[in-house]
Amino acid sequence: MKAGLSISIWFFIGLSLLVNGVIIFGAGVYELIQPPAPEARVVLYQLHASVWWGALLALLGAFYCWHFAPQREGGASRPGM
Amino acid sequence: MNLALLVSSSSTLVHLSLVDLVIIVFYFALVLAIGLYLKGRANTSADFFLAGREMTAWIAGLSFLSANLGSLELMGWAASAYQYGILAAHWYWIGAIPAMLFLGLVMMPFYYISKTHSVPGYLKLRFGEPSRTLSSISFAFMTVLMSGINMYSMALVMKVILGWNIHTSIWISSITVAIYVALGGLRSAIFNEVLQFILIWAGALLIPILGLIEAGGVAGLRARVTANAGEAYTHLWGTMGSFDANPMGIHWTGIVFGLGAVISFGYWTTDFLVVQRVLAAQNLRAAKMAPIIGAAFKMMVPFIVILPGLLGWAVLPFHLMGESAAVATGGHSYNEVLPLMLARYCGPGLLGLGVTALIAGFMSGMAGNVSAFATVWTYDIYGALLHKNATDKEYVTMGRWCTIVGVLISIGTAYLVMQFASIMDYVQALFSFFIAPLFGTVILGMLWPRATKAGGFWGLLAGTLSSIGMWTWAKVDPSALRYVALSPRASDMAANMYRALWSWIVCVLVTVVVSLLTKPQSLEELKGLVYGATEIPKEDQVSIFHRPVFWAVIVAMVFVILQIIFW
Repeated sequence: MKAGLSISIWFFIGLSLLVNGVIIFGAGVYELIQPPAPEARVVLYQLHASVWWGALLALLGAFYCWHFAPQREGGASRPGM
Repeated sequence: MNLALLVSSSSTLVHLSLVDLVIIVFYFALVLAIGLYLKGRANTSADFFLAGREMTAWIAGLSFLSANLGSLELMGWAASAYQYGILAAHWYWIGAIPAMLFLGLVMMPFYYISKTHSVPGYLKLRFGEPSRTLSSISFAFMTVLMSGINMYSMALVMKVILGWNIHTSIWISSITVAIYVALGGLRSAIFNEVLQFILIWAGALLIPILGLIEAGGVAGLRARVTANAGEAYTHLWGTMGSFDANPMGIHWTGIVFGLGAVISFGYWTTDFLVVQRVLAAQNLRAAKMAPIIGAAFKMMVPFIVILPGLLGWAVLPFHLMGESAAVATGGHSYNEVLPLMLARYCGPGLLGLGVTALIAGFMSGMAGNVSAFATVWTYDIYGALLHKNATDKEYVTMGRWCTIVGVLISIGTAYLVMQFASIMDYVQALFSFFIAPLFGTVILGMLWPRATKAGGFWGLLAGTLSSIGMWTWAKVDPSALRYVALSPRASDMAANMYRALWSWIVCVLVTVVVSLLTKPQSLEELKGLVYGATEIPKEDQVSIFHRPVFWAVIVAMVFVILQIIFW
């Protein structure tokens, strides 16, 4: 395995979940502060799925980013898996 | 490309906000970044076509499943669930799980130990060049058609949901796939498939969760579906005793023998699109575990695909209809059920993630087809027939070009399949043309040492021709369905099940008869290729929790329990 080329796929997945989670959480919080007109609301709007689903994705993504961070993984110790 | 400009302001199911567009653009940027990052690790043919054979069981297993999560899985099967009820779940359970476990436990050792780079490559080792040529050409043909279907489906979804221009959708997604696969080869395809798998779940899981809340739980869902569609829509096996008692017009023999025993085994054990992912595993145990991990997740996919289709009956205030009726009346078709559910529950941000999940599904299927096509073309057609002394570097160069050419052919195919009304049935027909007979040839090749080269070739050819012949017969004379599918009222899907079964039987019979009439090969020649002539490494030294057979039994038990629960 070549040195310096060992970013884990799980790091990329963590990054994706983190970024998407933060964006969705932010959009959900914005909807809490500035609620859309009743006719523009989705079904079950009152559950605020964006807030808790976004937070869940962000937390999961943050954990994966931390756990599979390239520095923490130790360079070329694993073949990017 | 300004994506916002592509979003039409009228006649679309949903309207994306800026937040949604940011999520979609981020997804495209990330998959391209992964392709660029992996470019430096695709310099040899082993790297480019087999990802260096260094994937763990988890990566290979998730990729194995994700490559199958094309357009059919998400939109098509949700539509089928609305159209046929819970019967559609058969394609995830009996139509997948036994075959995936069989691949892991029985067939992977032969694929892996023979060091083949492809399924046609195995046929070359076992049955000689003519069988490989027939198989590789039919596979290449089927693969580009599948890829084109994927593209068309995706573009159709984007048009229906978002009002995006169908041509723009095809070109943007296919060029993205071409770039990341051509740069990083199979490793890039696999990495992106795992990412896409996670995104599909992240984006689609909310629909069944919120849908069940709205429907009043499982009991409420069952009651509403029974009231709106009929009780037959909620039973997996209970209505299969008669062709007329279920919405699909199929008998349990068609599901068990056509789907469960032939189409499923054919697809999951011999379709190189999925098998290629497992061949990239880092060792034999990982290669055996990968399909078992894939099977465990496959059992859960109905939660994000079949359930939304059923929820459509429970919560939507209108009924969906066939494509032609929808066009004639201005209503919504079955194919729109998943996007409709997405629009029903997902606000800004979540909608972007849901659309990303759909795009990810389409792209993973497309990438799977393209990378498998590039491998088979390069090794089994270019290397075997056109340039027998090609160097390793020439193989890699051909692989990269092949990826791009494959995408271009797929785009052409996408425009061709726009003419077909029923994408799903068309694909099932393709499977039965090539996959069912191929399974007959491979399984006899692996388990029966007496099968000869001539037997393998003529069996494969006869099975394929018989399938095409039956399909043509039923098209020319629809009354032929009473013979091919055992019922004049059989749906296209049911007819495909039976045609696959007959073509497999023809393949096996011809292989057996021709083999018995020709000279057998010695066991020494079959070493590493056939049961009885191959030494398979024992697993006595590892704990039971590390043995594939243990996890296969667990998966099989859950599979049986699911059949009983939803009987």
